[in-house]
Amino acid sequence: MEALTNRSKAVDRRPMSVWEKAYLPEIAKGMGVTLKHFFKKKPTISFPEETRPFSPVFRGLQVLNRDEKGRERCTACGLCAVACPAEAITMEAAERKQEEQHLYREEKYAARYEINMLRCIFCGLCEEACPKDAIYLSETFTPANYKRESFIYSKQDLLIPDPVTEPELYKKALGDRAKKS
Amino acid sequence: MMISIKASPKRGKALCVCCKLLIVDLDFKYMQFCLLAITKAFLIEKAVLITIVIAVSLVIAMYSTWAERKVAGFIQDRLGPNRAGWGGLLQPLADGMKLFMKEEIIPNASNKFLFILGPGVAMLTAMMTSAVIPWGNKIEVFGRSIDLQIADINIGILYIFGVVSMGVYGIMIGGWASNNKFSLLAALRGASQMISYELAMGMSIIALLMVTGSLSLKTIVEQQSAGWWNFFYQPLGFLIFMVCAFAECNRTPFDLPEAESELNFGYHQEYSSMKLGFYLFAEYINMFISSTLMATLYFGGYDIPFVNDANLLSSLGPNLTATLQALALFAKIFFFIFFFMWVRWTVPRFRYDQLMNLGWRGMIPLALANMVITAAFMLWRHG
Repeated sequence: MEALTNRSKAVDRRPMSVWEKAYLPEIAKGMGVTLKHFFKKKPTISFPEETRPFSPVFRGLQVLNRDEKGRERCTACGLCAVACPAEAITMEAAERKQEEQHLYREEKYAARYEINMLRCIFCGLCEEACPKDAIYLSETFTPANYKRESFIYSKQDLLIPDPVTEPELYKKALGDRAKKS
Repeated sequence: MMISIKASPKRGKALCVCCKLLIVDLDFKYMQFCLLAITKAFLIEKAVLITIVIAVSLVIAMYSTWAERKVAGFIQDRLGPNRAGWGGLLQPLADGMKLFMKEEIIPNASNKFLFILGPGVAMLTAMMTSAVIPWGNKIEVFGRSIDLQIADINIGILYIFGVVSMGVYGIMIGGWASNNKFSLLAALRGASQMISYELAMGMSIIALLMVTGSLSLKTIVEQQSAGWWNFFYQPLGFLIFMVCAFAECNRTPFDLPEAESELNFGYHQEYSSMKLGFYLFAEYINMFISSTLMATLYFGGYDIPFVNDANLLSSLGPNLTATLQALALFAKIFFFIFFFMWVRWTVPRFRYDQLMNLGWRGMIPLALANMVITAAFMLWRHG
């Protein structure tokens, strides 16, 4: 049979020579190998301090976006919830009142918007489905918590900081991922 | 001795008389070993020395665990512990804390007394060996010349052998008292392994003793400072001694009593909390002591290589010289500790029959041959 790669080696079944039976030279050889590895550069990335560079299509936690005046973009149309294959998104719509015009961009908004991060598979279909660029996937990816309930992210957890009142935080949260509006 | 004086006034009186006679004699040779030397200053001096030696060996054992994990990590292309403190230096403290906090479980079916005695014996024997090791030459403090050795007894090596052999009781008692078949098997393995390798070890030492002509470690070190290191006279003896030391310490490739993958955890399987910690600790102290012994017996002990210690003494004074000597000794010890770890993360474990084969058919004949050749050579040289 032809070998698939040229890396395969035939098993050597010859009896050991005296040199090999002496055992110590072979141990010395092995110790040479380990010593070489001792001084090798380690491939470890010390995670919280260093991070791996992300690919441009990386999909992390969702963020609910605001427009440049700090109004929520989401209109609670429910397309993201429909698109979601894991059924992780729930929302409740409400009508905008006259005095709330500075809070919500459209006449309808999401009074309650929840994503269950334990169900979410980070496929990004919600981002694709959204007609208002209201939801996008960020580069944050390590939610950790003690309780299952705390993985159900409410609107407060998902909303991006207000660009008018907190421009620094907004910029930081926006990252490179959101569509520039 | 102090106790016996209190307990029986009659004998105490006799002792006092003996002391007085000796004071009159002022026989220096007796002073070192006899009651006369036991003055207050002597007691304080020795107590301080013992405290320091024990503290140092505990700290070194503690940091050996850290070093072991670091070395393991580096050899396997990892970083090892690096979260607790700089470079993970607080890791041993965190581990110790954890062990103290853990629930202490004594199995119902165990023999309670022996179960507690086991780790104690292991720890005790590990610590006792350090008593006869010379850590450096004399230092001068408060006008007193102090030997950096707890007891310079003339049968130093025999003492070490006696104590080390007792170490097997820690394993045996622990394994048996646990009332667990895996622990018992591990204990049996440990006992037979230690006994088999002690023979070869003893014979390699006999060859060394023919060269040095003394059992006192201090004398052996002094001889090496004056001449060549014993390693150059006894390379084969050193090799045998080292291999047997690996076996005595239950280190890989001879870690059959522990054999995590075959016997779950070996003789300390049923142990928890600090009793387990004692076993692990005793192992590291044993490693430290074996490294010290190898350095002392074969690599000149506290002798600083390429330097004439007598010249150093006259130019630097006794205290600085002793410090440098202790540093030299510790450098050698740390190298051997590193070597222990290096081997552990390189060589896989022996099978049990291979272990016994190597011990009885490999090591003992080699040690015997080494002994006979050395004896013949010494006879030819002197006779």
